[in-house]
Amino acid sequence: MILAFVEHEHGTPAETSLEALTFARRLADDAGGPVEAVAVGDEAGAVADALGEYGVETVHAVTHERFDAYAPEAWGASAAQLVDDLAPAAVVAPGTDRGHEVCAHLGAKRDLPMAANCIAVESAAAGEAWELTRNRWGGSLREHTRIDAETKLLTAAEHEFPVEPAGDGGAAADGGTVVDGGAATVVDFAPDLGDDHFRVRVDRVEESDVEGVPLGEARVVVGGGRGVGGPENYDQLEELADLLGGAVGASRAAVNEGWRPHDDQIGLTGAKISPDIYIACGISGAVQHMVGCKGAEAILAINTDPEAAIMQKGDYAVVGDLHEVVPALNDAIRDAQ
Amino acid sequence: MNVLACVKRVPDTGAKIVLTDDGQAIDTSNLGFTMSPHEECAVEEAIQVVEDHGGTATVMTLGPDAATEQLRTGLAMTADEATLLETDDGEWGPRATASAIADAIRAAAGDDGDGSPFDLLLFGNESADAANYQVGARVATELGLPCVAGIKTLDIEDGTAIAKREIAGGDEVYEVDLPAVVTVKEGINEPRYASMRAKMQARNTEVDRRDPDPGEHAGTLELVRLEAPADDDSEAELLGEGADAAPRIVEVLRDDVEVLG
Repeated sequence: MILAFVEHEHGTPAETSLEALTFARRLADDAGGPVEAVAVGDEAGAVADALGEYGVETVHAVTHERFDAYAPEAWGASAAQLVDDLAPAAVVAPGTDRGHEVCAHLGAKRDLPMAANCIAVESAAAGEAWELTRNRWGGSLREHTRIDAETKLLTAAEHEFPVEPAGDGGAAADGGTVVDGGAATVVDFAPDLGDDHFRVRVDRVEESDVEGVPLGEARVVVGGGRGVGGPENYDQLEELADLLGGAVGASRAAVNEGWRPHDDQIGLTGAKISPDIYIACGISGAVQHMVGCKGAEAILAINTDPEAAIMQKGDYAVVGDLHEVVPALNDAIRDAQ
Repeated sequence: MNVLACVKRVPDTGAKIVLTDDGQAIDTSNLGFTMSPHEECAVEEAIQVVEDHGGTATVMTLGPDAATEQLRTGLAMTADEATLLETDDGEWGPRATASAIADAIRAAAGDDGDGSPFDLLLFGNESADAANYQVGARVATELGLPCVAGIKTLDIEDGTAIAKREIAGGDEVYEVDLPAVVTVKEGINEPRYASMRAKMQARNTEVDRRDPDPGEHAGTLELVRLEAPADDDSEAELLGEGADAAPRIVEVLRDDVEVLG
């Protein structure tokens, strides 16, 4: 059995958790056995309505009087106790902050190995070591990894697996089971937890007062790197972003220069963006930057150096000084509007 | 207030990652090394906490002799002490790494071996290269300490860590009694540049060396080989040179990408 950890909001499963279920089903196809889910909180049972369609037969709804706020160690300990009962071949979590964290606590409590950010199944036969592919360096390298344990802990890298209902594609034609899409069965699970498990617990949530379009959600992102030359020169990029209803980002080099705040940083240790177009100005295209913008539908690079890496990796390129190209572009857009 | 910052030595990659012929590692013959970015911030945070509250800042790494370079970077940033858990070449997995760090912390606690000699134990949320997302939680569990992960704001008040994690639309706030493990993300602070004088002094600071103990663990997690994803060999379409390219860019934005009405 594969046990999938499902994050949800008031009983509606998160997109990334549905992606992880695709990974879980691929493992179950190889290893045999069902996919079951675990969800935490008072409304956990409600995910059962949605999960049947994704091949989940049973939802283990973990409830506790102190689960009104997220508590990573308590969630990890609950998962560990559930694993003791169910002995799944693997626990699969989404590659989110919480998915990684709960999995890490589970792994720590039961000394189980954990492979984070998996992107593909190579082999997952029952009773054998599994071979999987996972991301390193934010996806600019792939690692073929071998994991062997009574229960293997895995997270699914975000946006690497499609959200798809079970039984889609070849499964039925191959003679596999066609899932009828009905609701999964809910089984309640009451973990045995003490004060120590709640030493770390969300005390409160503070809402941010950031204005404008968040980088991660912007349809257009204008990025500025070392080639921008100074903080004042971002005005031109701000103007371009405003004209296109987008947001401004920066490379790590520009943030390290102190030209932009870290919140604007795109890359391995900053924001991951997925706009319709990313306009990269004066950015060389180092690996650590490119992993942050690989979700962009299109990349337009503006750079004085035609040999810059980003000029090869992008879809469109303009050879030139951004301080000339961007103002001319702003004028041309205003004329066109 | 004694603060520990654990760091990892990683290749300072440029525009393209090249692998060794056997696919077991990154070819570093033409690369320098650095600290993982989140961990550089852990070192800075450790130093700032000690500046505000007194005590010592210790930087620790598990790695080969060459990783003393990263420890000396931490010392030059004005950390007080450095510990190298010296390995032969080859990367240790997250469980062995965590056990070795926990073992070294217990050893530093002295003969009674009880509790943590550090009030605050800082890690990066995940390393830049392997990104296993678990060493902090495993060390915390081995030592019986609480662990808060993914932190971008940290304040210490009266023996309590007030730590914030970014979520969509705001911050989750945690309040945790020390001693505690906190894993941080880049952006929590701006790591300082070491002065030339500090770099010189760091060269002469003694690094404490220990033989790490990986512990015993059931099951395995092994690297089979690394692979660079296939290059996207489609050429970028050249839209023009200089300011003259503006009209063509507008066409692309309007007709191809459709972000212009």
